[in-house]
Amino acid sequence: MEVLKIATAGSVDDGKSTLIGRLLYDTRSLTSDKLESIEASSRKKGLDYLDFSLATDGLVAEREQGITIDVAHIYFSTPKKSYIIADTPGHVEYTRNMVTGASTSQASIILIDARKGVIEQTYRHFFINNLLRVKEVIVAVNKMDLVNYSENVFNEIVAEFQELRSKSDFKGQNITFIPVSALWGENIAEKSSAMSWYEGDTVLEHLEALKAEDFEEESQARFAVQTVIRPKTDEYHDYRGYAGKISGSSLKVGDEVTALPSLTTSTIKDIQFFDESFEEAPAGSSVTISLADDINVARGDMLVKSGEVPQQTKLLEATVCWMDNKALLPGNKYLLQHNTNGILAKIDRIEGHVETNFGGVTKADSLKLNEIGKVSIKLSKPVFADNFEENKANGRFILIDPQTNTTAGVGFIS
Amino acid sequence: MGAVLNQNTLESEAVYIFREVVAQFENPVLLFSGGKDSITLVRLAQKAFFPAKIPFPLLHIDTGHNFPETIEFRDKLVEELGLKLIVRHVQDDIDSGKAIEESGKYSSRNSLQTNTLLDAIEEFKFDACIGGARRDEEKARAKERIFSVRNDFGEWDEKNQRPEVFDMLNGRIEIGQNVRVFPISNWTELDVWSYIATENIEIPSIYYAHDREIFERDGLLWSASEYVYREEHEIPVKKRVRFRTVGDMTCTAAVESDADSIDKIVQEIRESAISERGARIDDKRSEAAMETRKQQGYF
Repeated sequence: MEVLKIATAGSVDDGKSTLIGRLLYDTRSLTSDKLESIEASSRKKGLDYLDFSLATDGLVAEREQGITIDVAHIYFSTPKKSYIIADTPGHVEYTRNMVTGASTSQASIILIDARKGVIEQTYRHFFINNLLRVKEVIVAVNKMDLVNYSENVFNEIVAEFQELRSKSDFKGQNITFIPVSALWGENIAEKSSAMSWYEGDTVLEHLEALKAEDFEEESQARFAVQTVIRPKTDEYHDYRGYAGKISGSSLKVGDEVTALPSLTTSTIKDIQFFDESFEEAPAGSSVTISLADDINVARGDMLVKSGEVPQQTKLLEATVCWMDNKALLPGNKYLLQHNTNGILAKIDRIEGHVETNFGGVTKADSLKLNEIGKVSIKLSKPVFADNFEENKANGRFILIDPQTNTTAGVGFIS
Repeated sequence: MGAVLNQNTLESEAVYIFREVVAQFENPVLLFSGGKDSITLVRLAQKAFFPAKIPFPLLHIDTGHNFPETIEFRDKLVEELGLKLIVRHVQDDIDSGKAIEESGKYSSRNSLQTNTLLDAIEEFKFDACIGGARRDEEKARAKERIFSVRNDFGEWDEKNQRPEVFDMLNGRIEIGQNVRVFPISNWTELDVWSYIATENIEIPSIYYAHDREIFERDGLLWSASEYVYREEHEIPVKKRVRFRTVGDMTCTAAVESDADSIDKIVQEIRESAISERGARIDDKRSEAAMETRKQQGYF
């Protein structure tokens, strides 16, 4: 079945939990136990409606216990698709959580409270979606019931958001505006009769209509080798297959490829998955590739189509989102993981903080937890990298603290 | 030949994770319980490394209270795929006095497994333990990482987890630590069953509807067995049941069902969720809704 991964973004009290709860309820994904407890709690609070924010109450409990909240995953499905919502409710660690949640998502829902319109938080949500190049963004203007379902209010918010959009450098992004009341389930799965002026899809209709092709990246194929498969059995005596996941675009049997960093060339002889061979495999496939020639390829190496070799560099300019308590400082050393390749790296220079309100870069000499900055990084050996904008998989990296082994930051190559 | 590969996203993700494990760790092991999730893991591992054999052993922590069907199935699978199987017995720890058997009506060896597992990890110096836990199972599991670091006491520090961005998995650990790996983190129960159906994966017979001596306690259907404590009034009767999850006989309850084929099971699981909601709206409960509740009681 098709899987769609969605990230949600919203500030406190804008009804994000209610929206998720509604989606679960309307797709019949809530178990009877959960529903019962939602009913009981709603009654206890004296509400005449069901408080769907309780559907994600695991997180509420965490909040009460004072545990650091991080990304939680919520699952629901329709006969057509399986959905995975990365819910990022953190307040303090917002940037870190949102980047983590959005990094694995194909689509994103940004919530706006119709009474408040576009606020500072909205800037940040939209900025992170741009930074991560999330292609499908749904702007759900929520609490329409509290503004008399006013078409004017909705249009004003859309106009405000369009202005924000003009500051974005990601022109390939699809943004869909939907007026909703998550509380009353209006335009979530069912059309709202109170907003007959809105003729577009409901949130669920829109999600259901999204196709895998909508998320396809138009970029060059990259195949980072994870491991080499050598069975050493009689039947497969000389077999040597390169296991990895294709990114960017598809690879075909017969494609002439260049192995990096050695720059040796060969041709794709076979693309296998399990006991079958394929003529072609699209981006996103985990496959095993055999080459026509016996060349030396190992983990950390990459196969690309000859003629599409990315630039080789020992100095990376990148936007880095910092995720560790220990600040990033010039001169600090990290292990940089780029694809399946681990390289020693040293922070050369911090150009400054990137303001998440589209305010540009301001001078800074460190990057603290949840800060985003422009950084240049020196590498101990060259990598073949792309710009993140041009090739997501080959344009990103993580920085690992060699002392604690933790993932301290994530970078987007520019 | 000639076809374009059309891979399931969840499958591609799991295969990718398996390959990262083998590349990043020296001594991985697959925790095998004989249940549907670990059987699915074995199939995914097979796919990840074909035509090579699965490059790590299976570890089964045997409580001694397993369904015999599960053990038979395990041995057959290991034989067919030419896998290496390590079995460690909770009974041995009980005999040596390391573990103390629970007593009474609800006694189970479920919690005793942990010590035996940690000892096995230490004995074989496993640095990565691959398990079939899924995030949709339980609230705490919803927060698990795909690579989840454990300290040398096996503890999970849920407040201090590494961020996992994109598909980049960081398996760097210190000596003594190990990583629990969950390749099917993002699968739901229905995803697992649908996969078993499409892939035609063999599973132990107790997952299918069969006649069994059971007795009812606390609204759950328990297997009548020498391992399960039974009070005098708890008289077993024969019913048509199946198991939705398979663990120990002492902690796995059956559900009444006629689903005797994989397609019927998938259907049953799909419907049990739907009828639940119908039950809410009519404010009355259907049999299937009750069944699901029992299941959750088990969890």
